[in-house]
Amino acid sequence: MPAWLFIFFGALAIVAAFGVIVQRNPVHCLLSLVLTLLVIAVLFIAEGAVVVGFLQAIIYAGAIMVIFLFVVWLLNIPGTPAPGGQLAPKFIGAIAASALGSMLFAFFSEPEAAVRAGAMAADYGSISSLARVLFADYLIAFEVTSVLLLAAMVGAVALARPPKNLDAKRDAEEPRRDEAAAG
Amino acid sequence: MISLNYMMLLSGALFSIGVAGVLLRRNVLVMFMSIELMLNAVNLAFVSLGNRLGTMDAQVIVFFVMTVAAAEAAVGLAIIISIFRNRESVNVDDFTLLKW
Amino acid sequence: MTIDFVVYAIFAVAMLLVGLHLALFLLYFERKGSALIHDRVGANRAAIFGLGKRLGMPNLGIVNTLLADPVKMFTKEDFVPDGADKFLHALAPFIALFPVLVTFAVIPFGDTIDIAGRTYQLQAANLNVAVLYVLATIGVGVYGVALGGWASNNRWSLLGGIRASAQMISYEIALGLAIISMVMTYGTLDLQEVVRMQGGTWLGVIPRWGILIQPLAFVLLLTAGVAESKRVPFDLPESESELILGYFTEYSGGKQATFMLTDLAEQALVAMLLVTFFLGGWQLPYLYRGGFVLPGGFQIAVGGLAVSILGIIAFLVKTVAVCGFLGLVRWTLPRFRYDQLMRLGWKGLVPLGLLNVVVTAYLVVAFGSAK
Repeated sequence: MPAWLFIFFGALAIVAAFGVIVQRNPVHCLLSLVLTLLVIAVLFIAEGAVVVGFLQAIIYAGAIMVIFLFVVWLLNIPGTPAPGGQLAPKFIGAIAASALGSMLFAFFSEPEAAVRAGAMAADYGSISSLARVLFADYLIAFEVTSVLLLAAMVGAVALARPPKNLDAKRDAEEPRRDEAAAG
Repeated sequence: MISLNYMMLLSGALFSIGVAGVLLRRNVLVMFMSIELMLNAVNLAFVSLGNRLGTMDAQVIVFFVMTVAAAEAAVGLAIIISIFRNRESVNVDDFTLLKW
Repeated sequence: MTIDFVVYAIFAVAMLLVGLHLALFLLYFERKGSALIHDRVGANRAAIFGLGKRLGMPNLGIVNTLLADPVKMFTKEDFVPDGADKFLHALAPFIALFPVLVTFAVIPFGDTIDIAGRTYQLQAANLNVAVLYVLATIGVGVYGVALGGWASNNRWSLLGGIRASAQMISYEIALGLAIISMVMTYGTLDLQEVVRMQGGTWLGVIPRWGILIQPLAFVLLLTAGVAESKRVPFDLPESESELILGYFTEYSGGKQATFMLTDLAEQALVAMLLVTFFLGGWQLPYLYRGGFVLPGGFQIAVGGLAVSILGIIAFLVKTVAVCGFLGLVRWTLPRFRYDQLMRLGWKGLVPLGLLNVVVTAYLVVAFGSAK
């Protein structure tokens, strides 16, 4: 990837990430996050992880963020005053985040020490090499992940369903209204 | 070929922005989005290191992180929905029942 | 290097224009084709200087559909409803349209062509993970619909937007499963390779098209594709008789035209995908690189460029035929109710898709893929 293109995408990713944490409206934050995810998918493809990059676009930006969007809609109450919050935790939080940022900056500015062990495989990042490693070396993790997804699906449905006593409350109120209308 | 340093710096910057989002915002949904941002920063670090070392293991890890993030997002959002049903608020400062 | 860029740019523009013109053809089919199917006249009032009437074909509706309709849509007043999010209201149509148009780039429309001594694949973007690209763009296309519904500050649009995006992500799964079984059958993610493997014949007579290997996947892709593009019988999100226009009620003028174009262009895209995976793409039966080899051993030699052009024509004819078939489906079936739609998607298509994947996996292991 030519350097100017990387600078463009990197700057776009950082600006979009700032957009996530700065904007007021949660829907705008979500769209900034989608933009960040798509830029990261492009960077994946540039680093040779082609299949994983497309999977990032399909799974993360295409499915997970749509779940987020639905929930943000459900819970977005218009007219809520923008919460001020207490200043002390925010102050400490800002200092902590800046400290972490500067530490990471110092750490990653050191000259690189990771060395490639031999030549790069010709099909690096292709779906066949990913499948080969995934289904041979990491098969158990793969199967456990599928069970995890099943558990998450069941758990999410169980948690998000309306509570059972909602219908009972409604049935309790109905006869009283009919009596009031009749009597 | 982009130097590893630049990729890691970008990843570190995104991670710090995510941390700032979690610590500074009071809307629980935006905090959740910042967590997803942190996960993606780590994914970027994994992929660039895997490219540097020439190994496919990094991409497998990224694959699993994505899957686990999907599961965690689903369950976390379901929890947020059920809390919202009780409290009618998405401001984290209102969930103070456990405070002493 | 430069000539590469120029050639591929020409291919990209050509595919874009083909896609848009197919959408226009579908619009024409919406007005006059439906009139033909329903045994009525259709729109025939607009005429420019009597052009419609004077040429002796007043009932062809060319001026009406192809000139008056788009001009009307683009010159209407463009407003943003009160209290709506201006930026998102303007952005949503483009987020809806962009992924559909961009996907036209990976559909192969011919074999190869030799220009200045170099061979070019007749495909605007020669990706070797083209199938993943198609799935990614279909996934991103949900946002335009969702945001269009939300940014209108209208609870009925929001309802239409939520229903539309729920429908799209449900049928994305069935679409993905159908595509996965085709990928397993052909053993490659590259669309040009998939079409190449559909050349040749069985027993010298029957062309090796995908529909004969995987008929169930064809039905799945057809149904899921029509549901993805929100066309009847799955057009509840924009049900014209119930929710006015559903998620794009509050849009008018050019933005509404963009949403309608998205619908039609996505239908054209689904037709192209069906042709690529199941109907042999640009393969004309019995046509190989050297010429025709008809059953019975009769051979007709045809030059290289003519073979490519015949391939392009075959692709276009097949796509138009499938578009016509999809239009026929559109004007014949009534629309599904929302719960029927969801039931069909989750309880009908997804188990069938999974069954197809399992059976395909078994057959691929037993008999080897088509490679």
